[in-house]
Amino acid sequence: MQVDPRGQRFAAAVTTVILLAVLVNGNGVLLAAQALVFAMATFFGLRFAPYGLVYRLLVRPRLGPPGELEDAGPPRFAQGVGLAFTLVGTVGYGSGITWLGIGATAFALGAAFLNAVFGFCLGCEMYVLIRRITAKIRSDREVPA
Amino acid sequence: MEGALVAAAVLVAATVFGLIRRRRDGVLRARGGDGDVSETLGSGDLGAELGEKATLVQFSSAFCAPCRATRRVLDEVATMLDGVAHVELDAEDHLDLVRRLNVLRTPTVLVLDGAGRIVRRAAGQPRRADVIAALGTAIT
Repeated sequence: MQVDPRGQRFAAAVTTVILLAVLVNGNGVLLAAQALVFAMATFFGLRFAPYGLVYRLLVRPRLGPPGELEDAGPPRFAQGVGLAFTLVGTVGYGSGITWLGIGATAFALGAAFLNAVFGFCLGCEMYVLIRRITAKIRSDREVPA
Repeated sequence: MEGALVAAAVLVAATVFGLIRRRRDGVLRARGGDGDVSETLGSGDLGAELGEKATLVQFSSAFCAPCRATRRVLDEVATMLDGVAHVELDAEDHLDLVRRLNVLRTPTVLVLDGAGRIVRRAAGQPRRADVIAALGTAIT
């Protein structure tokens, strides 16, 4: 499936603002709401993600058609990485381990900011690194008979 | 209060990182200074024949937005120049090679000379003119 890359930048910008508000106010409930947004994008696809809908209904009609479409796989994977971090952060704020909430939210904020401002998808870049590590763990576990 | 400080620090760090990354992205660099012997790849490593004069090796992955554009650039250059091959490898299927060469990102592009020696390397999508210039040093 192909998506408008400007929609990703828009969603990342909204995410950046939300995560800034979470950090400044120490608001775990708002972080849980952002985790839900990430979950919808990850499980239902970017087109049905809340910020994607806002973009399609309100922003895109004011812009021209996109110059180039982009594969939905990488940004959708990145939304999943965002989901993991915001879930950890939500648990941190919810259980009173504030440093965990701040740390996980800070990482997600950095990634969203890089995506919004530079178009750089940190979550996508992590895929190869994650695979390098998980494959190594698996091969270490497999003891030759 | 500490949350606001962390937020400010993250924005500053991400801006610095983004600016540096944007400047370095896709730049083809010579490998190994100080008389370091650079790595050599053969058709056995790549699972494909080397180009007669030079080979463009591209590491790609499933979740990589700039990989497609990189493929287009390298394909075009390889078609244009005689004796230059373009080999695209899925990083996941070649994890041993990925570790050996310490590939951290996709796309990572290697420029090999006729003997398979790595003469240039870039992380990120290289520009067409830079690829052609790098091939110039690989072939002569």
